[in-house]
Amino acid sequence: MTLLLGASTVGLILALLALGVYLSFRIFNFPDITADGSITLGAAVTASLLVMNWPPALATLAGFFAGALAGAATGLLNAKFRINGLLSGILVMTALYSINLHVMGKSNLPLLEETTLVTQSESFFGMLFGPGDVQVFGWEVDQRDAAALCLAAAMVAGVGMILYLFFRTEFGTAMRAAGDNPQMIRALGGSVDFILIFGLAVSNGLIALSGSLLAQYQGFADVQMGIGMVVWGLASVIIGEALVGSKSTGIVITGAIMGSLLFRLIVAIALRWGLDPNDLKLITAVFVFLALVVPGALTALRSRAGRAR
Amino acid sequence: MLEVSAIGKTFHAGTPNEVSALRDVSFNLSEGSFLIIIGTNGSGKSTLLNAVAGTFPLDRGSVTLSGHDITKWPEHRRAKLIGRVFQNPYSGTAPNMTIAENLSMAARRGLRRGLAWAIPRALRSELRDRVRTLNMGLEDRLDNDIGTLSGGQRQALTLLMASWLKPDLLLLDEHTAALDPKSADQVIRLTNEIIKRDKLTTLMVTHSMQQAVRLGDRLIMMNRGSILHDIQGAEKARARPEDLLQRFEDVRRREQLDAPVAEMLRKAYV
Repeated sequence: MTLLLGASTVGLILALLALGVYLSFRIFNFPDITADGSITLGAAVTASLLVMNWPPALATLAGFFAGALAGAATGLLNAKFRINGLLSGILVMTALYSINLHVMGKSNLPLLEETTLVTQSESFFGMLFGPGDVQVFGWEVDQRDAAALCLAAAMVAGVGMILYLFFRTEFGTAMRAAGDNPQMIRALGGSVDFILIFGLAVSNGLIALSGSLLAQYQGFADVQMGIGMVVWGLASVIIGEALVGSKSTGIVITGAIMGSLLFRLIVAIALRWGLDPNDLKLITAVFVFLALVVPGALTALRSRAGRAR
Repeated sequence: MLEVSAIGKTFHAGTPNEVSALRDVSFNLSEGSFLIIIGTNGSGKSTLLNAVAGTFPLDRGSVTLSGHDITKWPEHRRAKLIGRVFQNPYSGTAPNMTIAENLSMAARRGLRRGLAWAIPRALRSELRDRVRTLNMGLEDRLDNDIGTLSGGQRQALTLLMASWLKPDLLLLDEHTAALDPKSADQVIRLTNEIIKRDKLTTLMVTHSMQQAVRLGDRLIMMNRGSILHDIQGAEKARARPEDLLQRFEDVRRREQLDAPVAEMLRKAYV
């Protein structure tokens, strides 16, 4: 039970990463590798501020804005300096590695004694249900685990809802159009450059928020924690799309959250069954490769079969 | 209204592919006039339109529209004054968004886009009414993705979008060239209706001699980046497709004469 609960919590926290990747990769069709750096940046900024005894909510918010700044930098490199999108992300990601080390002052920053959003929601739970374990459907659940899960769920639900509503505003609609057909929105007076910079800022802000929560949940920030995260987010988005089978914005957002949750659960179970953790990134990469190639190959096969008939 | 003065543009300058797409083109367009631009392939007619739209920076000259010097304005800023329909029916609309969403963006052309709802209820009923005027039955499919529509339907919607907020200038870039004849007729009829109704100042590039004589009150024929003929008033009203073809033929003959000469020179000196 603890395993499932923990996996779900991490899955929900990483759903914020999935939403960020959805924004850059699906809305803008922009392969934004900044994610690997900005998730660590969010963790690093929040952790350092928590060590300085900042209120957890403010420290988390600061993590979000730090990520947004990193995303804006990538957008600026691409839109204003005309640097290839992939390279823009790589440049910022590389720079962030040093920045993250500077922010933390060392490569690993533990948060064992600090007040975090997780410890705060744990004490809030304690006030609600009294001390000791919580009963969930007859299971005894550790209070910290339950509190962390609820915190993550609330954050993801809130962010997902805001994102959904945002995409139905004038500016949000223009943002989707900028990804769908830049020429069209330009002819209707939208600055594609500005929209891209803003969009990547929001995307990386969400990814940093994910890192910030992850650091508070696992109790440390580590300079290596971002490696391969963009692929992880992508896998979640792809699983989500397969789950919901629709392109409509609201449903895809829900799908990405579900995808992240499901992917983390599968991985947790596989690890429990004896999967070597060292193989995890390889398997994730292969999975994304298959998910990108197989649907197209299937369609090609089907149309060839159709023609043969 | 629109003043184009001595604009010039050379693509790939300093390379073997150098093209002088526009050579000091100048003309004025008064309010409410409907100018047709024709010319052979590579004559610079679409380049001229794109120069007005701001697709690329000019090498020389200036463009003034409604009293604003827009020469240095980026494309999206010019959109405040200019409505556009492209040659490619896929260029003017966002395929993975609904008809209603596409139109709602046209309703904010050149205006600030904030966090208000993109499609408030009042706009939705207006959308339905104005889409109904197209007579394509699209008013009941407002929530369908535009990508599911035919080229003709998409072009009709793009036209509606370009003229949703009355533009100071409407640019039509061979907007029926990629359509089948029936859809092309339909879109042309619609174009004419909208331009007449809203008295829009219009620049239209076309390949079709029929359209060139039937539409508009002024006609410019371009060749090699310059204006060759400028036909207006009674002369434009009298023009027949054969006259225009004759003028193209004249151009062709003159250039054919040049080609053997050039070949001879090349053989002699290279």
